Amino acid sequence: MAILNIRNLTVRFATATGSFTAVDGVDIRVDRGEVLAIVGESGSGKSVSMLAVMGLLPDTATVTADEMTYDGRDLLAMTAAERRRLIGREITMIFQEPIASLNPAFTVGFQIEEVLRLNLGLGRREARARALELFRAVGIPSPEEKLKSYPHQLSGGQCQRVMIAIAIASKPRLLIADEPTTALDVTIQKQILDLLMDLQEDYGMALILITHDMGVVAETADRVVVQYKGRKMEDADVLSIFESPQNPYTKALLSALPENATGDRLPTVSDFFAAEAAR
Amino acid sequence: MSAVVLEGRRLVQDYHVPGGLFGGAKTVRALKGIDFKVEKGKTLVIVGESGSGKSTLARIIALIDAPSDGELLIDGQRVDISKTRPGPAMRSKVQMVFQNPYGSLNPRQKIGNVLMEPLVINTDVPADERRARAEAMLVKVGLGPEHFNRYPHMFSGGQRQRIAIARALMLNPSLLVLDEPVSALDLSVQAQVLNLLADLQDEFGLTYVFVSHDLSVVRYIADDVMVISEGVAVEQGTREEVFADPKHPYTRQLFAATPITDVEAIRARVARRKAAKAAKAA
Repeated sequence: MAILNIRNLTVRFATATGSFTAVDGVDIRVDRGEVLAIVGESGSGKSVSMLAVMGLLPDTATVTADEMTYDGRDLLAMTAAERRRLIGREITMIFQEPIASLNPAFTVGFQIEEVLRLNLGLGRREARARALELFRAVGIPSPEEKLKSYPHQLSGGQCQRVMIAIAIASKPRLLIADEPTTALDVTIQKQILDLLMDLQEDYGMALILITHDMGVVAETADRVVVQYKGRKMEDADVLSIFESPQNPYTKALLSALPENATGDRLPTVSDFFAAEAAR
Repeated sequence: MSAVVLEGRRLVQDYHVPGGLFGGAKTVRALKGIDFKVEKGKTLVIVGESGSGKSTLARIIALIDAPSDGELLIDGQRVDISKTRPGPAMRSKVQMVFQNPYGSLNPRQKIGNVLMEPLVINTDVPADERRARAEAMLVKVGLGPEHFNRYPHMFSGGQRQRIAIARALMLNPSLLVLDEPVSALDLSVQAQVLNLLADLQDEFGLTYVFVSHDLSVVRYIADDVMVISEGVAVEQGTREEVFADPKHPYTRQLFAATPITDVEAIRARVARRKAAKAAKAA
């Protein structure tokens, strides 16, 4: 059963030199409790399609789709107020730069309690207790103390844990993580991915992981969507993508991984397209 | 055994953090005595996480910062930039490429001038010769002479990194220090830049000191590997030694944390996940 279903999504940006199509007729479906990885390089439109779902695109963007439904409800036809009740509660998002995502002028405790009070209507004391619970759930050491810390006093990994705590505060049914570990060291990346996967299983929420890192995809996804220049190239379960990729771009991307190198030089994506064109 | 181009002996770097309103001054020891040797034409990769001191070491090797203690030898000759500024000859031997190709090029400087500047400062090559060399170098790194008069913003990230590499090669260095040169690049562009570096190494017999945190890249390009953690070289050896049999717990931890794209590993994970789901449903 699909929790998010998008058909023929197109996002255009009005620019000084005319209209630019960032996402071009993309279909994305996520089932309940499923982990979907959207993979692509910069400019593939992987973030833009999810920002369209969240309603976070600037005014210069035009979003059109044949269908964009969350749990059977039409996101495009919703009023702004209805959408606000959904976004940030049932659908939440975390971003690449955890330190930049938090407000430097307030303690992280204040920021998570604000979400709990505004979104869930908790009182001050309840919010404090729940914040503590959430900090424990995401594995922040000495949580009582950390609630009183400002973002700059925490490491990147800890800030990302705070962001995750805020994102799961309302027990969302869909969490969108946009490159959540790109700015982090590998050992911290592992901890954060393990945490996201544990939470995903415990809460039974669907997780959309936007990434450029095939390693992250291999370690987390159930299903994978590969995007290139705003178009969907391939959509398959994770094993098929790595074992028997169908699309030439997916094949090229996998053969460009240094760990798959067989010869002296790495095959590149442009070599691949040149070979395809020559055939 | 070929000649040792670069050697470090007990290199130490201290950073002095001045006292502020709320605390006294303190000293942070970023490097705690590092020893290493690199032979001509080889690639030494320095692996570590943020705060390990890997970039501090790269800056010492590139003659940007002077170490607090220890010796740095280039071509067997002791170099101490705290006493005497390195002359044009020494500057020509060692060049550096930085991580972020968006930040390392002056947005107001045309590419041609970026490439010719090292020649203006360090040599007395005449203007027409400078231009000819810069154009030839653009071709060498996979760009063209038509890019000579363009500005950095007109290039993609991968092209800018090629420009940064071209600039570093203008003085015919024997040693290139590359600080995370492909971390900011997309996978397909990363492959192109790694190939370019391999081509250039073969052609000019370059010695590389390559700083990286990405073990799949390390495995692909390294001859020798040094793993550093909190300013200490916890593991050193050839690529085969380090990858086949990591000795230090930190190295093992680093390997364990690195995601694998191996099909069998994915198959096992998918099976585990299915089993866990079934157990939960039951």
